[in-house]
Amino acid sequence: MSDDRLDVRKTYKLLINGAFPRSESGRSYEVTASSGDFLANVAQGSRKDVRDAVVAARAAQAKWWGATAYNRGQVIYRLAEMAESRRAELADHVASAEGVTRGVAEATVARSIDRIVWYAGWTDKIAQVFGGANPVAGPFFNFSLPVPSGVVAVVAPQDSSLEGFVDAVLAPVAVGNAVVALASERRPTPAVLLGEMTATSDFPAGVLNILTGLTGELTPTLASHEDIDGLDLEGAASQADELAASAAGSIKRVLRPRGPGSDPTSLRRLRAFVETSTVWHTIGQ
Amino acid sequence: MTEHHLANSHLGSLEYDPAPESAAIAHLQSSYGLFVDGVFTDASQHEQFVTLNPATEATLATVAQASVADVDRAVAAARRAYDTVWSTTTGAQRSKYLFRIARLIQERARELAVVETLDNGKPIRESRDIDIPLAAAHFFYYAGWADKLDHAGFGASPQPLGVAGQIIPWNFPLLMAAWKLAPALAAGNTCVLKPAETTPLTALILAEIFQQAELPPGVVNIVTGDGSVGAALVDHPDVDKIAFTGSTDVGRLIQQRVASSRKRLTLELGGKGANIVFEDAPIDEMIEGIIDGIFFNQGHVCCAGSRLLVQESVADEVLRRLIRRVEQLRVGDPMDKNTDVGAINSAAQLARIEELTSIGESEGATRYTSSCALPDKGYWFAPTVFADVSQSHRIAREEIFGPVLSVLTFRTPEEAVAKANNTKYGLACGVWSEKGSRALWVAERLRAGVIWANTYNRFDPTSPFGGVRESGFGREGGRHGLEAYLDV
Repeated sequence: MSDDRLDVRKTYKLLINGAFPRSESGRSYEVTASSGDFLANVAQGSRKDVRDAVVAARAAQAKWWGATAYNRGQVIYRLAEMAESRRAELADHVASAEGVTRGVAEATVARSIDRIVWYAGWTDKIAQVFGGANPVAGPFFNFSLPVPSGVVAVVAPQDSSLEGFVDAVLAPVAVGNAVVALASERRPTPAVLLGEMTATSDFPAGVLNILTGLTGELTPTLASHEDIDGLDLEGAASQADELAASAAGSIKRVLRPRGPGSDPTSLRRLRAFVETSTVWHTIGQ
Repeated sequence: MTEHHLANSHLGSLEYDPAPESAAIAHLQSSYGLFVDGVFTDASQHEQFVTLNPATEATLATVAQASVADVDRAVAAARRAYDTVWSTTTGAQRSKYLFRIARLIQERARELAVVETLDNGKPIRESRDIDIPLAAAHFFYYAGWADKLDHAGFGASPQPLGVAGQIIPWNFPLLMAAWKLAPALAAGNTCVLKPAETTPLTALILAEIFQQAELPPGVVNIVTGDGSVGAALVDHPDVDKIAFTGSTDVGRLIQQRVASSRKRLTLELGGKGANIVFEDAPIDEMIEGIIDGIFFNQGHVCCAGSRLLVQESVADEVLRRLIRRVEQLRVGDPMDKNTDVGAINSAAQLARIEELTSIGESEGATRYTSSCALPDKGYWFAPTVFADVSQSHRIAREEIFGPVLSVLTFRTPEEAVAKANNTKYGLACGVWSEKGSRALWVAERLRAGVIWANTYNRFDPTSPFGGVRESGFGREGGRHGLEAYLDV
């Protein structure tokens, strides 16, 4: 191969319902590396893209929750396998997006993949850790099961382009939700790459939808959308109060931002978008 | 269509062409060594024994017979691995090893299924669809626990026990290895596993998988041989924990032998499971459930539904339907994908089944045995149902561990519960009723570790399994299964 070969550059697109469309608005915006160099033109999602993603997520959620917990675990583990074989590419993007050394980026990628494995193991343990039988005073078999909230919108962390994204997105997915995620505005490409990997990981279309675009433009739509059940505001710290107030319109479960450095073994995110469903059954001859 | 017409229709006499699985997929070696400290080695005395295909009595391979010195070597390797590697391996790393193992079992599933059927005699349909997938699922499930032990309900940072000695039976060879090894490794223990004498092969393929997964040497060691190997493991002073699945008689001996030591012990022993059928039960599902409950794996199942308790009002119809269904079971070549009931695992087990069934006849029960043709070679026992069984009959009290069902009757739910509990065992029971409240009422009163309602012989890595009373103590599977391998 000669040195003067022109490289083929990639178009970074949205992930909606298992497909990779450009924004319906036709818009894109320029993303630069931390050095200021041009990195990519990324799709600039619109309110209509948000609505399409929510429709896809709503349809996919029933199918995702209808699969066995074992199957959901295997699908998420498969994502870790896919990411493992693309570690170098992910590290390139984390390094340029976050302005860290190659070594730091590689360590970030490794932790991110291990985090995916961690979540893979949660799918069939949630019920045993969050649920259980309740010894009611009467002839009833009474048990509580954790069930997903439904469709969760995630405003992914702005700084931690991959590790933070993985954590914010896979927690609700692992417990059975479908997710509409808004990637970091200035550092979106690692999230886009991860989305591409879900396409080869047996994720049902629509379980994880990933939008890129301007945070300030899209978050009000996410917060006010009537068919979204939960909202993670990690990446919208400066707007969190008004978005949380807007989310109250449809009684969304809201996870307020905590900032970086939270305990990696915390179950905060796993608990955030889980409901408790309690069944009473009579006992008698 | 009436039953009479069905029996005489073409459907009733439909023949199936053989659909044999290929034995060549097994890739068997002529001989197998012990697996100690990450490598296969000869036994120190160079002794070997033969493992047979119980369906043909043909030799499959010779296998190393471990000596006391070999057990010592295996325990030393496990201790060294615990001290130098495994106890400092993080939960996240243990998790990733276990995920690797789960994936490798999935990748080699067909080979493992064929070897299991050749060595054990169980139908290939069962080893392919149940034993091997469940073994992989078990590793997959406990892989996820290894880095989440803080959340398992045993307090913060629960610690492993150390070196676990694990002795498993011949009825589900690979699955029992998975049940023992996966939670032990997830919790951070190292292991010395002793497979059953008649079914050592899939455990040795599992050892190859541990090599492929690059599991550190010594974390799992596998010592093959007769009961003397298990005894040496039980008696070894540097073993911290014994986990045993097998007969109640051997379990009792093991409990006595470790009684004066500090060893932890879990026992999964025999059973005489009652399958209770109420008159309102859905009959088609119930007949299939009874059949599955006793003829699955030739009845070589500790939780088999070997006592059928049927409400008097429907007893005649249930028995008639049952006998007709037993006649339809396809008995024979375990490698044939159509086979329902395979070979008895050993000559010794066949003799035990024959002895107890002849006692059943002499004690006055009415015997129905399938008229199926049995192969000339190998160990075979035709599916058998005893009616008119009373609670004092030995076939109602003793574990036969074969394809033999004893049918008793009851009138009221209280009587059903009393009869079901009239046993020294307490592993599993079934309840069949359309009325959920009644099934739960009965379940509350049964003294058994597992109760299936309107189903039977269901297994899942997330579901705790184990007995009460003389069926043993401790649980395998689920969150509860971790407790057996944690210092809690």
